[in-house]
Amino acid sequence: MALKDITLGQFFPGHSFIHKLDPRSKIIFTVLFIVVIFLCKDLVSYGLVLASLLVLVAISKVEPKVFVKGMKPVVFIVVCTAILNLFYTDGNVLWSLGFLKITEEGLWKAFFMVLRILMLICSTLLLTYTTSPILLTDGLERLLRPLKKVGFPVHELSMMMSIALRFIPTLIQETDKIINAQKARGADFDSGNLMQKAKALIPILIPLFISSFRRAEELAVAMECRCYHGDEGRTSLRQLSLHGRDWAFMIFIVLLLAAVCVLRRFGL
Amino acid sequence: MSAIIKAEHLTFMYPDEPAGNPPVLQDINLEIEAGSFVAILGHNGSGKSTLAKHFNALLTPTEGKFWVDGLDTSDPDKLLEIRGRVGMVFQNPDNQIVASVVEEDVAFGPENLGVPPAEIRERVDRALKMVGMYDMREHSPHLLSGGQKQRVAIAGIIAMMPKCIVLDEATAMLDPVGRRETVETIKELNEKYGITVVLITHHMDEAAQAQRLVVMAGGRIIDDGHPREVFQHVDTLRAAGLAVPETVSLLYELRQEGFNVPLDALSDEECAAVLAGLLRK
Repeated sequence: MALKDITLGQFFPGHSFIHKLDPRSKIIFTVLFIVVIFLCKDLVSYGLVLASLLVLVAISKVEPKVFVKGMKPVVFIVVCTAILNLFYTDGNVLWSLGFLKITEEGLWKAFFMVLRILMLICSTLLLTYTTSPILLTDGLERLLRPLKKVGFPVHELSMMMSIALRFIPTLIQETDKIINAQKARGADFDSGNLMQKAKALIPILIPLFISSFRRAEELAVAMECRCYHGDEGRTSLRQLSLHGRDWAFMIFIVLLLAAVCVLRRFGL
Repeated sequence: MSAIIKAEHLTFMYPDEPAGNPPVLQDINLEIEAGSFVAILGHNGSGKSTLAKHFNALLTPTEGKFWVDGLDTSDPDKLLEIRGRVGMVFQNPDNQIVASVVEEDVAFGPENLGVPPAEIRERVDRALKMVGMYDMREHSPHLLSGGQKQRVAIAGIIAMMPKCIVLDEATAMLDPVGRRETVETIKELNEKYGITVVLITHHMDEAAQAQRLVVMAGGRIIDDGHPREVFQHVDTLRAAGLAVPETVSLLYELRQEGFNVPLDALSDEECAAVLAGLLRK
């Protein structure tokens, strides 16, 4: 098992325009961009959105092949969606064999669906690749802060998220250690059918759970010792501030949204 | 000098303990001077860690009184104030680092205390420089060695500007290099900046570096004094299940054999000098 290869919320440090943006404007941008993707109906709007996405990817200076790698996990879903749309759309039949038929509409629909999914993934990757996890949680906390008035535990959630992010590498290291320890005791993780393989995971998961609970308790005590008492009266080392570039970025996405709405309403 | 830590007839029992068991801590009387470097030495189960947890009100006495800088630890309203004055570093460095960037973690304490952002920045930089981790301020903690992590944890406490730092077996999980780094760091904090240091340990060589050594066994303080004095009580220490430093042990055996050697040679050099003197005779 190559646990070290896990890329969860991977971040590629850099100094590009996109990297320097405030996390809040990037989060707002991504949410609106997803809305825009779903509003697209025709070739022109898809083209417009795709072009802007590609430009942003280029500006971010993150290597395109990393994006391709990030999209690999969804290949299966993409292929399934494409096949389903290809064969199950009614309309102008282009080709048929028995109960299978491909229609012109199906062809377009499949193409757009694939494009849509890939753009969705790509836009969220752009956010996580260019924003450090801490800034991301910070940005989310700040954006969701108004929800605190209705009793939504914003600070607690962001604290949980940042602790989770902090412990992912630690737990991965620990899992590696446990796997090796169990292997040294003769455990076999690689042979047998699916059931047997799943069962073989139990001796890994149980020690991992036990140690996680112990860690949780120790961490809680250590946090208490450092005067943690929720977000009441809490300040922060990092101060987020919106600059001109953030406003420009957000105006851009609003304009794109407007353009796609107009195209959707009036067509071309 | 005034006492920063004061325990009076402190007795402690865990609430869920069966009634017949002896208390974990029995009638402890202890005063620790501000600015001193005290080691608390004891075997597993001697009660030293339970005592340490009283130092910043993680536990409060079942009987007796405990004061931190004049504040009674059983007063729940004083909790934050007490924890701001006495910082604690624990055994496992991984389980006390909260953030995924070194400087963020150091900032955690001051953030909780509500320190203004500009001052947090200053404190974080200063604390990291004090423990020699400033160059790694933007690193991820999981890439650091055990000793470095523990220094980050210490910086996290220093940034809260406490009067006293308690290290609860903070070196137990480290390799020899990490242990040396950690002990040197805290010694410097004590000598240069006058921060009171309480080092809880079962390593003799670490305890030997303190100005004062408190030995615990069975929930009681059984010896208290300068390490040179305490280590001469070889029988008391051995009865408590503690090994004396190798130098003292060697001199003790020689003494049993009828040689007239002092027992207070703690460092290798001192011991060598004593042996050289013996050979010359």
